[in-house]
Amino acid sequence: MSLITPDIGLLFWMVIIFGAVFFVLAKWGFPLITRMVEKRSDYIRDSLAEAEKARLSLETLSAEQQKLIEQTRAEQSRILAEASRTREEIVTGAKEEAAAESAKILGKAREEIKAEKEAALAEIRSEVSALSVAVAEKILRKELSPDAEQLALIDRLADEASKAPLN
Amino acid sequence: MRTIGSIAVAFLMLLLLAPAVPARAQEEEDIDMEEYLFGHISDAYEWHILTWKGEEVAIPLPCIVFNRGLQVFSSARLHHGAEYKGLRIAAKGEKNEGKIVRASDGSRPFDISITKNVLGLMIDSIILVVLILLCARWYRRHDALKEAPRGLAGLMEPLIVMIETDVIKDAVGPEYRKYSPYLLTAFFFILINNLMGIVPFFPGGANITGNIAVTMTLALFTFAMVNIFGNKHYWKDILWPDVPLFLKAFPIMPIIEIVGMFTKPFSLMIRLFANMLAGHIMLLSTIALIFLTAKMGPVLNGSLSFVSVLFGIFLDCLELLVAFIQAYVFTMLSSVFIGLAHQHPESETH
Repeated sequence: MSLITPDIGLLFWMVIIFGAVFFVLAKWGFPLITRMVEKRSDYIRDSLAEAEKARLSLETLSAEQQKLIEQTRAEQSRILAEASRTREEIVTGAKEEAAAESAKILGKAREEIKAEKEAALAEIRSEVSALSVAVAEKILRKELSPDAEQLALIDRLADEASKAPLN
Repeated sequence: MRTIGSIAVAFLMLLLLAPAVPARAQEEEDIDMEEYLFGHISDAYEWHILTWKGEEVAIPLPCIVFNRGLQVFSSARLHHGAEYKGLRIAAKGEKNEGKIVRASDGSRPFDISITKNVLGLMIDSIILVVLILLCARWYRRHDALKEAPRGLAGLMEPLIVMIETDVIKDAVGPEYRKYSPYLLTAFFFILINNLMGIVPFFPGGANITGNIAVTMTLALFTFAMVNIFGNKHYWKDILWPDVPLFLKAFPIMPIIEIVGMFTKPFSLMIRLFANMLAGHIMLLSTIALIFLTAKMGPVLNGSLSFVSVLFGIFLDCLELLVAFIQAYVFTMLSSVFIGLAHQHPESETH
């Protein structure tokens, strides 16, 4: 059977042709393609790993950020509370001081007023006594002689009269 | 929808051919099935394209014969049994039927003619080399890291990657890089020759991978790849395997192993050859049904033509699948054989 006996001529050409195809493709064809494909798949794998890493670092970064924000917020509220406390303190202090000062001023004023009144009263008293003496002198000039006993009585009377309304 | 349309058109065209055939068949009286089949599946010194009104349209091919020195001439000179320079083509029934023989005693000279299969091999190889080199050129001109391949490279890349990662890498093991060019070449070489074998007209149609010389060469290349680069452990396993002493001293196991060395490529050779040959014969027989029933009246002929065209389309689709599967199987088994020659004792499982 010619079908299953290999022909020498065809065998010869087949070896040459397949050898040539193999040589050409193994030199300029497949290795280049497979190398490039491999390079690309490596690149894709690396990129994926990198992206995962970036995602992780971003995650930690955002957690850190969150923590920082919370810290800041706590700090802020602390500062605010402190500020309001300080303000309160200052206000209360000022109020107390003002009250003390005003009390002091009032006391002083009262004392001064009192002293002034005393002085004024003393003055009025002496004035009144002088006036009464003058009045009495005028009245008594006609009927009384100004002796000392008479004067002392008038002084006592004037004194009593000036003291009565003060009490 | 477009696919269905094209199938319908192809079908109608095939039906149009049918009436032309009976006229011819009646002229020639009977159809010689053996000649018809063997004319299509065996090698020839000319590339027969068609017979038009009794005239054969064929491409004569160069004959290169060493018979008292180198002789190169066109095969047209040997047409229909003509004798030229003491050479002729052996007639039917003779020894070396259909081959160039010496006119004197019918013996074979050393004959390396460019036959139909050789020309087919050349054309298919050129197509393959151009395809792969164009694909490789894309990678040379583009940055493969920045863009995905388009066009031809986009078509070839998935196939190459599939064969390399799924077949070669898995079967050969860590040293696959060294063998992947050979295995990829074998795969694409077989695939393109299988596919071109299905094309029914000129550049295709030669029964290349269904020829035993071709599959034998491919198997011998695999045999060489396995045995030249086989490691120490591989040879130890053949010549002094891990079996009881009486099995190897009284050399049963080494003999079996050495026979096994040869049966592996032999099975590769026969598998590809038989599958492709059988595919061709089935297709041809189905089509022959149209010619065989030509004399049995128009009704039978018409209905059987219809059936055989339908069946032919089915077989063509099947052959497309087989073309791929056989290329795949050849590559996979070659990878496995190469992988077996590279096993390391520690990775072995007993």
